[in-house]
This record gives sequence, structure tokens and C-alpha cells, in this order.
Amino acid sequence: MELVLSIGIGIMTGSGVWLILRPRTYQVIIGLSLLSYAVNLFIFGVGGVKSNAAPLLGEGVDVSTLTDPVPQALVLTAIVIGFATTALFLVVLLAARGLTGTDHVDGREQPK
Amino acid sequence: MILVLLVCLPFAGSLAATVLLKTDSRVLAARMSGGVTFVALVLTAMLYPAVRDGGKVRLDLEWLPQLGLNVTLRMDGFAWLFAMLVTGIGCLVVLYARYYMSEEDPVPRFFSFLLAFMGSMLGIVLSGNIILLSVFWELTSIFSFLLISYWHHNAAARDGARMALTITGIGGFCLLAGLLVLGHIVGSYDLDVVLASGDQIKAHPLYLTALMLILIGALTKSAQVPFHFWLPNAMAAPTPVSAYLHSATMVKAGVFLLVRFWPALSGTYEWFMLVGIAGISTLILGAYFAMFQQDLKGLLAYSTISHLGLITTLLSLGSPVAAVAAIFHMMNHATFKASLFMAAGIIDHETGTRDMRRLSGLLKYLPITGTLAMVASAAMAGVPLLNGFISKEMFFAEAVETHADSVLDRILPYVATLAGAFSVAYSLRFIHMVFFGPEPTDLPKPKPHEPPHWMRFPIEFLVLACLVVGIIPSLSIGPFLHSAVVSVLGDRTPEYSLAVWHGINTPLIMSLIALVGGAALYFVMKDYLAKCDDGPPLFRHLGGQRIFERVLVTVSWKWARWLESHLGTRHLQPQLRLVAAAGLLAGVVPLYLAGFSPRPPTFGAVDPIFAAVWCIGAFCALGAAYQAKYHRLAALVLLGGAGITTCITFVWLSAPDLAITQLVVEVVTTVLLLLGLRWLPKRSEKVDNAVSLAARSRRFRDLLLAISCGLGMFVFSYAIMTQPVPDAIASYFLDKAYSEGGGRNVVNVILVDFRGFDTMGEIAVLAIVALTVFALLRRFRPAPDSIEKPEQQRIQNAYDDARPERSEGDTVRDYLLVPSVIMQWMFPVIATFAVFLFLRGHDLPGGGFAAGITMAIAFLLQYLAGGVRWAEDRLRILPLRWMGFGLITAAATGIGAWLLGYPFLTTYSQYIEVPLIGKVPAATALLFDLGVFSLVVGATVLILIALAHQSIRTHRVRSLEAQKAEET
Repeated sequence: MELVLSIGIGIMTGSGVWLILRPRTYQVIIGLSLLSYAVNLFIFGVGGVKSNAAPLLGEGVDVSTLTDPVPQALVLTAIVIGFATTALFLVVLLAARGLTGTDHVDGREQPK
Repeated sequence: MILVLLVCLPFAGSLAATVLLKTDSRVLAARMSGGVTFVALVLTAMLYPAVRDGGKVRLDLEWLPQLGLNVTLRMDGFAWLFAMLVTGIGCLVVLYARYYMSEEDPVPRFFSFLLAFMGSMLGIVLSGNIILLSVFWELTSIFSFLLISYWHHNAAARDGARMALTITGIGGFCLLAGLLVLGHIVGSYDLDVVLASGDQIKAHPLYLTALMLILIGALTKSAQVPFHFWLPNAMAAPTPVSAYLHSATMVKAGVFLLVRFWPALSGTYEWFMLVGIAGISTLILGAYFAMFQQDLKGLLAYSTISHLGLITTLLSLGSPVAAVAAIFHMMNHATFKASLFMAAGIIDHETGTRDMRRLSGLLKYLPITGTLAMVASAAMAGVPLLNGFISKEMFFAEAVETHADSVLDRILPYVATLAGAFSVAYSLRFIHMVFFGPEPTDLPKPKPHEPPHWMRFPIEFLVLACLVVGIIPSLSIGPFLHSAVVSVLGDRTPEYSLAVWHGINTPLIMSLIALVGGAALYFVMKDYLAKCDDGPPLFRHLGGQRIFERVLVTVSWKWARWLESHLGTRHLQPQLRLVAAAGLLAGVVPLYLAGFSPRPPTFGAVDPIFAAVWCIGAFCALGAAYQAKYHRLAALVLLGGAGITTCITFVWLSAPDLAITQLVVEVVTTVLLLLGLRWLPKRSEKVDNAVSLAARSRRFRDLLLAISCGLGMFVFSYAIMTQPVPDAIASYFLDKAYSEGGGRNVVNVILVDFRGFDTMGEIAVLAIVALTVFALLRRFRPAPDSIEKPEQQRIQNAYDDARPERSEGDTVRDYLLVPSVIMQWMFPVIATFAVFLFLRGHDLPGGGFAAGITMAIAFLLQYLAGGVRWAEDRLRILPLRWMGFGLITAAATGIGAWLLGYPFLTTYSQYIEVPLIGKVPAATALLFDLGVFSLVVGATVLILIALAHQSIRTHRVRSLEAQKAEET
């Protein structure tokens, strides 16, 4: 489990880092989204990886067997905020493209 | 308690004066300020019995006791005397300013700054904690900047203010550093402790560091050589400001500080040399420069510098009697210099000029002001029977004494006499040139006359004080001075005498030489001075100001430009590359240093299905990275795949809440990016794809960096996940969620209850982002090549146009007929699902965030199904109202706890029996969650609709342009 998840995190991080180093704004926005998946999964994973132990209290559930709810609470808001920042970034990039006429991250094409 | 009132009152008055800014009454602000300063004066006066004979008033308020930072206010005899000076002269200046300021000036602003300045000055005087002192010290720099630049339409005022701020700001920074070192030496920031550990400080190896830093602070503030040049330039300020800041308060703060720390820092050879050289050179240079000024206020400014140098020199000597003389001279100088500044202001006000080459024979027009100015200048020159004489005699007596045997000490009597002669000369010049001589010929205002009586009253009062102190010193200032001296010197208080007549002795002879010599000097140089240029010979072209500006340009422009052009970049990619590399190093280096070795992976527990899911996920992530440049839609789809994999992982690994949220956020993110795709440039076929070698190597470097980051994250997260999870705070939340939060879904309880305040902040961020997006899109101008309709629409429309029975848009409606009917039908279903998610959130997976986005999706689908116009004809969503309602509900729930006497956002929960439904949880957290829900709906819908509206807007722009084209 842990192995698969951490390979997945590694691949998402690598893809994300590669993309945010690219010159086109759209690549950067996709890269940031991938990075945020990776980071969310990482934070979530810090709390321990268990199946069938959702932090829901019920009758006769042993509390000590449940997963850690704190990283989950952190990640939950991070997901929503991540959406908001993606939206903000998208709009900034659209506005920048409107003003500068290019979708290069510097606002102008790099001289060859 | 009175101390707090004393410090806060001027600031409160300052705020109140800003309220009056909109009114055009200048009297009201003046009266209010007068009232405030007078009350402060009375309060200070009332405290005298407590500080008499070495008494102290102290007040401690805890601020950051862990760091030794407390709001400590203390008043002893010295602080009392200074506070009287600040408030007393403050009163007089307010009265004077009431008549001085003209109708056109924004008077309330002036009084607001003046009061705030007075408050900061009182803060310095009363601080009992040296860090607090430094805070007030900075405030005086800031408010003096605002006061000097009060006439900000005037370039000289702006430059002078900026220079004053730069110099005193640098000084303030050094002072703070010095005080921190001092606090480090002593182990406490409490002033009383610092003052009591003088020997410890002087023996410490860091003594010299602390001393130099503190001295830079004090000497810049008191305009001592070589930092003196800001003061003459600050004369562009309104005269009441000069009278207040540059005679009694701001510049006195520096010498105040020297006196304050005199018991702790003085008496060493370093002190004598550093302070002494600065003081003596200031004393003599200031007096010399003052003689050659043509501007009345310039003369007074340099004379102030010189007198401050005198005080500094006295303090450098390290003898208790000299310290007494320094304190005494501080008071005397403030009285006569404030009155002289005000007199100069009256002359300027009445004649329209301060240039001594144009002023002449004014005694006829201004007999009373002239007489008062004469007395005050006589005090400045040190004429017997005036207060300046007594402290100057004390100075001469101390100059003759030997303190530390050095050249500096041996030349002091001669320097003192010479400076005395200079000061006689410039005082005489001030009076003789302005009030005597022929009738003035080219005054800007031809008929000067006496000002209103109340404008003159402050001068009268101060001159009277000069006389009273000068004639009967021990009966007037004596006891107050004594309590001040005792509070500074403690048991080292010397025997001193304030008598006017000590018999014929060396100081008296020095005074006589100075008086006669100064008078002779003036009459010899009179004709030259009457015509010469501004500034002393030789030094005229060596302006401190010019050097200062040269340095500023070099440091803040040339060096900065050099650094920027050599080290900076305006390109984003190198910056991000640096960030990524720094992140990688920050992760790897500590691990390497700590001797981390990765654990060999174990393959036993791998679930094949989970592994298969992640194979798809990895494929999607890599594919998105590969395709994002040219195939945006494909990249978006692949990104969605990666998102779904994340979502499945959450489900698999016991995080149902996250899974739900991730799923719905995935939907809106995809729609969002789809909406954005339309405005991005199309792939240009013309671009030649020949990749240069440089680009190739750049890409390779990036690839390497990306792979290293990915590898690092893999190793790191594997190491962390295989660690046993320490028993951190998780068990606390698991234990208390039901008993205290009243909910079974621990994640939701954490969000809306335990960490409710965080969530509140997060929804506020969401609201801000949504509003920002909205605002940015209101002025959105698409790139020219995106304004046209997209290709697909054009093809469809062309098809529709070609057939008479079809109208535009039919094709797309046909395509979407089945999906749109389904989507319309789904609306109530999804809305109900959202309510369901919301209600079960406290006990089962769900909650406000997920429900909010689900509800937003319900709205969104209607837009997708029928188009923007169709949806808005039938559905009026007011996202801003949703957001407002959400924020208010969340905040009100939190505040509700206050009303019941609990801290912000304390929740209450119980179960209510509802017929038919059964037990329903009714925690107040549910209300808070309702706020979250509503805000999330509003924010999401606002963002998406704002983006969707762009295509209609540009459509409108397009048709308008077409219309215009037809008309022309």
C-alpha cells in the first residue's frame, strides 16, 4: 500500500515540477494541480495508511483503531482552497493573455 | 493609571482630529487639541508629589512576558520634568498654531499629527521598558516626517522630511539593535534593571558595540555632527512644528536618551571620546555655521545644533555636576529657543520673508515681539540675569575642570569660550539685522503689524520663564531640577548651586570674554554678513545634504541596479527552477546530515487492484505532463484521471470525506478549465519546431530536476508512511469528538467545531478569491485572436444559416437534446443530494464543503444544459448574497457563543426528537456548517458564472463593433 502510494506521489510530483518549469501558462496550471494532488496525498499519508478505518465513531468501535482525522481535516480545506487558487490563477492567466497577447509565463515571448 | 491616560490621550486626540478632517472649521480642531494638551499638562503636574525627591510611579502591563517585553510605564523626576516640557510647550505651540496656520491649510491634519507626535514623545519619556522606548522612538521619527512634510506641495518640505526620516530612521534602527544588545548584556529589558547594572554593562565585552549603536541613535536624533545636516533642511516645516520639534522635543529626545542611560553607560574612556568628539565638534561647528545663515530659521536651526552639542559635551564629561548642567540647559534651551522660533514665525507671517538680507528695522512695526525676541536672544547668548547664563556658567566651570586627561579635555575651555563668542555674535546678528537699521524696503508684505495678542502669548510666557529662572533660579526651577537630578544620579547627586552670582571666578571671566569678543566679532563682520551668500565661507559648497544625496543615489539606485541586473531575473522559469531546487535541497540536506538511509521496500502487502488503479493514475499524470503543451483538452482529461485516482485512494484509505470533496471539486475544476480553454491561443502551425541545443539542454536540466524531486518525494513519503504513527493529537480528537463536539464524523467535527476558527479563515479566503476573480473578469479584455467565435460554433452556424428551416444554434441544441433534458431533470435530485450531504455531515461523510460544491454543480449543470441565457431566464442565482449570508451566518454563530459567555465559536450540541424522522442532531456547529455551505455555493457559482459570462460579453462587444463598422 505505502509503496504504491508513495510511488504515485513521486510520479505526480515529478510531473508537476516538470510542468511548472515550462514556459506556457496552461502547462503551469496543470502542473500546479498535479502538485496539489501530490501534496494533499502526502499530508494525508502522514496520518498513517489504513483501510476500512474511517474516523467515524459508532457503537462499539475501538477508537484507537481509526485513522488520524487531523490530516484529513487539513486536506479537506486544502482541496477547496486549491480549487479557488486554480480559479484565480486561471483568470490571471487569461487576463495576462488578453493584455500581453501571449500565453508565455513572462508575458512576452522569449527571444530565441 | 494616570500614566496610561497620559500616553493614550494625545493619540486619542489625534484620532479625533482626523474625524474633524472633513469639517472646515480650523478653530474646532485647535480647541480640541488645546484641551487635550492642557489636560495632559495638568495630569503631569498632578503627578509631581509622587516623583519628588527620587520617588517613582510605575505601571506594568503584561505584553509578552516570555520575551521580557512588557508595557512598562514609569515616571521619575527627570521624566516628569521632561513630560512637563513636552506638554507645556505643546500647549503653547497649539495656541500659537491656532493663529499661525492659514485658512487654506488642512488644519485638523496638522493637529492630528502634532498630537500623535506629542503622544510618541511622552511615550519615549515614560517608557520603562527599553524596547517600548524604541517603539515610541520610531513613532516620533514617523510623525516628525509627516509634520515636516505637512506642506507636501512644497518640494523642499518633501526633501527635508525624507532626509529627516532617513537619518533618524537609520538612527532608530541602530538604537533598537543597541538596546537589544544592552538587554542581552543585562538579561532584562526593564529600564530600572538596566540602569541598576551599570558596572556589569561597562565590564561586558559587548559594551562598545551597544554603546556605539545607541550613540548613533541618540546623535542622529539630536542632529549632532556628522548627522546634523537634516535639521536645517527640516526648517521647511511650518514654524509651530519647528518650535515644538526642533527646540523642545524631537531633537531633545537624543540628549534625553543620553541622560537616561547616563548612569548605565557613561564614565568610561570610550564614552568620553565618542560623545565628547561629537559634542565638541557640534558645539563649535553649529555656532560657526549659525553666524552665516541668512534664513532666520536656518540661524536658529544651527544654533539649536550648537546648543545640543553643548549638552552632549556636558554629558560626555561623566561628572555628576556636568550632568546637572546638561539637564538644566535642556530646559533653558527649550524655553528660549521655542520662543525664538515663534518670534521668527511671527516675523515670517507678518513680512512674508525670513531672509535677513531683506529684513531690517522692524522694531518700529513689531515693538512687543521685537522686545521679547531680544530678551530671548539674550538668553541664547548667555547674558546675565537670564536662564541661558546660569547653565552656560555651569558649562564653563565644568570645561575648566579636568576630567580625563587628553587633548580634548585641555582644549575644551578655549573651544567653549570661542563657541560662546560665536553664539553672542549670531544672537546679536539676529536682533540687530532684523529689528534695527534702516526701514525695510522690499518686503513681500509691506505693512507688518503686531500679531493677535494670543499668538504672542506663548512667547511672552516663555520669555517670562527665561527671566524668572534667570533671576531667582533656586526658587523657581530649583526643586523640580533637584528631583530630576536625584532620579538620574541617585546617591551620586553632587552639591551644586544655582546662584546667579558666584563672585569673580574663571567662568565669569570666560563669559565676559565671550560677550565682548562676540559683540566685537559681529560688528567687524557686519557688512560682510549683510550681503554674503547663505552658509559659511569654505563650507558653503560642501553641503552635507549633497553628500547625503550622493550616497543615497549610489546605494539605493546604482548598487541596487547593479545587484538586480547581475543577480535578478524577470523571467519566471529561472525563479521557479530556483524554488524547486531550493525545495529539493531543503528536503535532502537535513536528511543527509541526519544520516538517513531509505528502508528497503516490501512488496508483500501490495493490493493488486490498488496497484492497477495507481498504474492508471501514474499514466494520467505523466500523460498530462507530456500533452499539456499542444493538446490541452487531452491534458485536462488526463488531469481528471489523476484526480479520480486521488479520489479512489481516499476512499480506499479510510477518508470518505476527502473522497466526496475531491470528487465534486474535480467536477468544478474541470468545468472551470474547460471554460478557460476557449480563451487560450490556438496552436500555431507556423512556429518552427527546430529545437536549439540550448533549449534542449534546458529541458534536460528541468527533466533532471523534476525526476529528482519526484524521487525525493517518493523516498521521503515512503519513509514517513512506514514509520509507526506517533500518538499525537489524533486520539484527543477521536475521544472528544462525540462527548464535546456532539458528532460522530470526526473530520467534520474538527472542521466546524475544534478548529472552527481556521475554517472561518478558510471560507473568508474563498470569498476573497471569488471576489477577486469576479473583479478581474469585469475588466477582462480577451486577446484579439480569441474574440472571434470558436471554430466549431462557426461551422455549426454556417450549417444552420445554409438551411432556411433552421435558425442559428439549432445544431448545438440538437446535439445536446438528450443530455440537457437529463441535466434539467437532475437539478432537483442533485439539490436534494446536496441537502442530504449537508445534513448527515456531522455524523457521516459529507458536510458543508462537499454539500456546497454539490449544490454549485446543480446550478452549473443548468448552465451547461441550456446555455447562459436560457439558464438565467429561468434561474436567478445571486452568488454574492449566498456568500454574504454564509459569512454572516458563520460569524454570527461564533459571536453567539460570546453572548452566552463562552469564547468565540464555542459550540453546543444536543439531539432533538423530530416526529417521523427521529433523532436529529442539533449542534450549533450545524449552523456554522450552514454558513460554510452557503459561502462555498456562492463562491463556486460566482467564479464559474463570471467566467461563463465572458463569451456573452465578448459577443456583445463584437456586435457593437460590427454596428460601428456598418455606420462608418
